[in-house]
Amino acid sequence: MSQAIQTPEATQEARQAADEPLAPRRSALAEFWSYFRQSRGAVIGMAVFIAICLVAIFADVLAPHSAIEQNREALLTPPFWQEGGSTEYLLGTDAIGRDILSRLIHGSRYSLAIGCVVVLLSLLIGIFIGLLSGFFGGTADAVVMRLMDVILAFPSLLLALTLVAILGPNLTNVMIAIALTQQPHYVRLTRAAVLAEKRRDYVTAARVSGVRTPRLMLVTILPNCAAPLIVQAALSFSTAILDAAALGFLGLGAQPPTPEWGTMLAESREFILRAWWVVTFPGLAILITVLAINLMGDGIRDATDPRLKIG
Amino acid sequence: MLAFVLTRLLLLIPTFVGVTLAAFSFIRLLPGDPVLALSGERGITPERHAALMSEFGLDKPLWQQYLAFIQDVFSLDLGNSLVTKRPVLEEFLTLFPATVELSLVAMTLAVAIGLPIGVIAAQRRGKFLDHTVMTVALTGYSMPIFWWGLLLIILFSGWLGWTPVSGRISLLYFFDTPTGFMLVDSLLSGEEGAFKSAVRHLILPSIVLGTIPLAVIARQTRSAMLEVLSEDYVRTARAKGLAPIRVVGLHALRNALIPVITVIGLQVGVLLGGAILTETIFSWPGIASWIVHSIERRDYPSVQGGLLLIAGIIMLVNLAVDLLYGLVNPRIRRS
Repeated sequence: MSQAIQTPEATQEARQAADEPLAPRRSALAEFWSYFRQSRGAVIGMAVFIAICLVAIFADVLAPHSAIEQNREALLTPPFWQEGGSTEYLLGTDAIGRDILSRLIHGSRYSLAIGCVVVLLSLLIGIFIGLLSGFFGGTADAVVMRLMDVILAFPSLLLALTLVAILGPNLTNVMIAIALTQQPHYVRLTRAAVLAEKRRDYVTAARVSGVRTPRLMLVTILPNCAAPLIVQAALSFSTAILDAAALGFLGLGAQPPTPEWGTMLAESREFILRAWWVVTFPGLAILITVLAINLMGDGIRDATDPRLKIG
Repeated sequence: MLAFVLTRLLLLIPTFVGVTLAAFSFIRLLPGDPVLALSGERGITPERHAALMSEFGLDKPLWQQYLAFIQDVFSLDLGNSLVTKRPVLEEFLTLFPATVELSLVAMTLAVAIGLPIGVIAAQRRGKFLDHTVMTVALTGYSMPIFWWGLLLIILFSGWLGWTPVSGRISLLYFFDTPTGFMLVDSLLSGEEGAFKSAVRHLILPSIVLGTIPLAVIARQTRSAMLEVLSEDYVRTARAKGLAPIRVVGLHALRNALIPVITVIGLQVGVLLGGAILTETIFSWPGIASWIVHSIERRDYPSVQGGLLLIAGIIMLVNLAVDLLYGLVNPRIRRS
């Protein structure tokens, strides 16, 4: 391409490119965002997820009715567009006359809380065990890794179910049980990343210059293991919501009258052939939430994968 | 290769011991005891309670109970169910074919659809078809399958009346089941319409169980294909003037299949987890719903034996996948 046919914009770009080394380095977050927003799906997923978070925060204001109040006059009212429905209950009512829309709005709190707690819990346990295991190695490391193999040898839902049966069926125990089945993935990821990083020169340099072990683990090594952990966090956020709903559906999760989406589905099972809306909407809420998080997760994975950046 | 197989086998031993410990201790941590669960609401006198506990061997110290359990495991005796009094292994083996049949059909469905759509999406990278297929796949991956099952029942059983709601075959048919696989047994019975009935009962459960593996396989196939299609040897094959179908089908797909096989193997655990929900929704008499019932009834020997057998199956399948992977990829063997 010759100089003569370059447009003014192109010259400007070239000038900017030449200036680049002098300009301050873009922050990691800005760089991440510039990759993340290239995926339309990821941005849509994030928008939906933010909307669901807002619904959860402002549930008390948004919900037209109480989530647990029963109305004997309006049992199994269909949604407003169907014959017999009314705009009083936009998505209809359930078998004991509770407003489905209000229950769904309040239910978003439970699903998001479950996702957050499970991710935080399994992330903390996983990083702690994985760091120690990868950093020190030896017998303890071998024992821990076999223990993780044992946990992974059971289907996660079966393991969570057994644990909830032991601990007693309620929301707190559901979160603990799911976190326990999730944490081996974090342990393995952290350990693998630590093993790869600890032989690098920058770690040796830090050690030689007198950095103490805890600081070496948490400040020097850990941030460089962050990318796979963040991707896994998005993945287990959605798995946690699905598993918790499945436990609720099996009667081992949140107990009625809690408006948890899976529990709502369990209560609606006997009406499936009479009142489709009682079954359809809670599941749709689960699907939309999980799909939004998975779209975001895919976007995060692509934006943090160095192999994709080169291309 | 022999050293590779031996290390993998040795690594299984501590895991297996861990699994026996887990299966043994889980059920003893459950609140309540089996005798109380059996006696129900009528209650039971302390003397009778003690007598029954000693009959089941539950009054001995824990370590003795564990040693007895290990001894039994090695003699392939997993004890008798406290509820039905039948040997646990026998109950498991009677119900196991139902779960295997369902899982096999679900997996066949997932591979038969997931693999081709993954290949097609990779070939049309960035095009409309690619986006559509991948959006559908991600939706399937995000699906709460228990809800998906209920929706399909509403649509196909409720509104259209095409498929039955539950069970493996219509109650009108009554014949021996030598293999335990309803598709095979109904053919062997020679009864008119029996095979058709078995197929109709299988359709919805296998769609529900196959949905997530299908989505995973489609996504994995697409990304493996994309990686392979950018390799030099594919470009060479194209430059030589080979037909596109030959390049994709022969040169690219064969190499892309390696990671896909691993993913297919890993789906076995997912299938067994999904079977818990699928079997519950469709009243499918398999091992997944059986173990859930056993947990509810505090049937110690059944839960203990069931957990052990399920974990054992998953471990063996993972081993097989590992070995297969080592067989097709020499680099793995040496590391």
